[in-house]
Amino acid sequence: MDTTIDPNNMPHVSDASVSVEIETEDMTLNIGPQHPSTHGVLRLVAKVDGEKISSVEPVLGYMHRGYEKLAEVRTYPQITTLVNRIDWVSGFANEIPFIAATEKLMEIEVPERAQHIRLILTEMARIASHFVFNGAYALEIGALSPMFLAMEDRERVLDLIESVTGGRFHPNFNRIGGVKPAAGAGPTTKKDIQDLPAGFYEETKIVMEKVLEAVERFENLVGGNEVFKARTQNVGIISKEMCEDYGVSGPILRASGVKFDLRTQTNFLPYDKFDFEIPIGENGDCYDRWYVRLIEMRESARIILQAIDSMPSGSLQAKVPKVIKVPKGQSYVRTENPKGEMGFHVISEGGLGPYRLKIRTPSFSNISILPELLEGQLLPDLIAIMGSLDFVLGDVDR
Amino acid sequence: MSFGSEILLKVGVVLAFALNGAVIFTLMDVKASAWMQRRPGPLHVGLRGLIFPLAEVIKFIQKEDIIPTKVDKTIFKLAPAFVLFSVFGLFVVVPISPTLVVVDLNLGVFYLLAISTLSTLGVLIAGWSSANKYSLMGGLRAAGQLIAYELPLILAVVGVVIQAETMSLVGIVEKQIEWGLPFVIAGQGIAFLIFMIAATAEMMRVPFDMPIGESELVMGFMTEYSGIRFLIFYIAEYINMFVMCAIASTLFLGGYHIPLLPVEWVNFYGPVSVLTKTLLLGFILVLVRWSFPRFREDQLQNIAWKILIPLSLLNILITSVMKVVF
Repeated sequence: MDTTIDPNNMPHVSDASVSVEIETEDMTLNIGPQHPSTHGVLRLVAKVDGEKISSVEPVLGYMHRGYEKLAEVRTYPQITTLVNRIDWVSGFANEIPFIAATEKLMEIEVPERAQHIRLILTEMARIASHFVFNGAYALEIGALSPMFLAMEDRERVLDLIESVTGGRFHPNFNRIGGVKPAAGAGPTTKKDIQDLPAGFYEETKIVMEKVLEAVERFENLVGGNEVFKARTQNVGIISKEMCEDYGVSGPILRASGVKFDLRTQTNFLPYDKFDFEIPIGENGDCYDRWYVRLIEMRESARIILQAIDSMPSGSLQAKVPKVIKVPKGQSYVRTENPKGEMGFHVISEGGLGPYRLKIRTPSFSNISILPELLEGQLLPDLIAIMGSLDFVLGDVDR
Repeated sequence: MSFGSEILLKVGVVLAFALNGAVIFTLMDVKASAWMQRRPGPLHVGLRGLIFPLAEVIKFIQKEDIIPTKVDKTIFKLAPAFVLFSVFGLFVVVPISPTLVVVDLNLGVFYLLAISTLSTLGVLIAGWSSANKYSLMGGLRAAGQLIAYELPLILAVVGVVIQAETMSLVGIVEKQIEWGLPFVIAGQGIAFLIFMIAATAEMMRVPFDMPIGESELVMGFMTEYSGIRFLIFYIAEYINMFVMCAIASTLFLGGYHIPLLPVEWVNFYGPVSVLTKTLLLGFILVLVRWSFPRFREDQLQNIAWKILIPLSLLNILITSVMKVVF
């Protein structure tokens, strides 16, 4: 035992450092997979020091359904039923990149009318998706009423989608070379007169006016609320560089001030014919992300109104063989989904189904930013930031 | 009437008053929120959903009272009782007419503020004993919040006490009759606002519902409670809302007296007056609840310590100066 105290070598009291810091252990808080605001089954393993978060680790996979693998044992027309279910809040918009990638491989020219119908329905899916975000985000911040208002307005848009496709969430309406010929419940079954349902244009105009009204109402009710501003402004700032590092896309990227929208930069659908603005944010905080999505709803409504006025006539379907075989080769098509950039990489060996299908989903890349973004934030801000990223677990795990 | 039977009668009246108040407030909350959100709300139970709160109570009583294995059982079971006792206790001194009051304590205001802090204890031990991290955070948030808001609440009432020169609630109302105007107009307007904000925080209602905050903490300190114990927390919340509004109407809005009506008839219109004022205040709270998001914990502390407390101190200063001058 050589730990005896030498009285001559004792540190003087005045020399002792007074910084007595109580060592506290960080608490591990499992947020999810069952938690009211993780949008499904995301699990965050957070180390918290009181209310402050020292580190966060997202755990994925609770919603993994193996769609990439499933696609390999299905024929091309069957796969649209799967891709519908990736981001279930905007089912229609998911179908476009897959169909477009296949059409690119088969070198099919899609009729203009079909392209327009696709565009209208994609924008409707965008509006429906952003309505869900608007309601759910206010709910996460703590206001309950906007959820009900948003759902009511969204229902009208979903009714429109249903009147055309027959499905609210999973339309399965696209066909390789066009859209489903039996669109709308016409009085007969003759193919040439089965088109958009009767009264669709008038109904759409009414609904889009209501969407524009709703956007204004949300701007006042939610955006004009001082408490909402206090909770979201200067919270969770994402810089341009961070977006680039993590491959963040969609409204989140635009809220950080990058004017990047695949609708104007690629030609997967004829967006160049319409006049619309791409809203961008200044600070990249939660409020900007909310605001960018709100304005996008307005612009989508404007696009739909223009598309309805300039609807070309013609067939809904290009000539395609009865049994769809895709020639050998590969193609990649990316589109602007409501949540961000969605891409389908189709590799064909010339069979009835793809040899390999790689799906790039926006939510997966978008939430990869969470660990860096949430470090040092407060627990209520974690909810605000997570909500502002607007991810869907089906889109993360697919 | 013997002392014992009088006490029993009074306790019965308080219970009936408090529980009915909770029922009315529940119904008002549910219906008003439904109208604000463009939905019909409860429709089928009773006449247009009027006895919906009763159905709610029966539903909760039927449910299993789950007690997790790791909780501190005695304290876990005791916590709802603490909260309920605290809010029932508040009713004892609230007068609904000069004679219809259980006890007219001459330290009534002091008693109110002391008893209302007891619910903090209930919430804190509920959060602590639940053996759940969300509950614990909810309980601690509640404790921090209630301490921060107890102060402006007390300081706001001090202004009233200085102006009325008494701590008895009946005395405060009598003083307002003497002045001819309720205190909210006659000098205590700021105190009234501070009192209502602090009371909202004390009730843990939106925008100050962080201890519950279901999008963050699932259900806060109530997370592990179910069945009848959850019901007790639930009812206590509404009784608390009712009694806080009743206190505010007594302290600031003239209580049982309505200006211009003859004071001799106060025993007849007194209860109606108190109830009407209480319901009006409650309706404002309902409107606030369904239109505001939730503050963050640190923002709430900032509001309490940097705005409400200096303002209420200023109010006390002004009131004292006016008292001395006039």
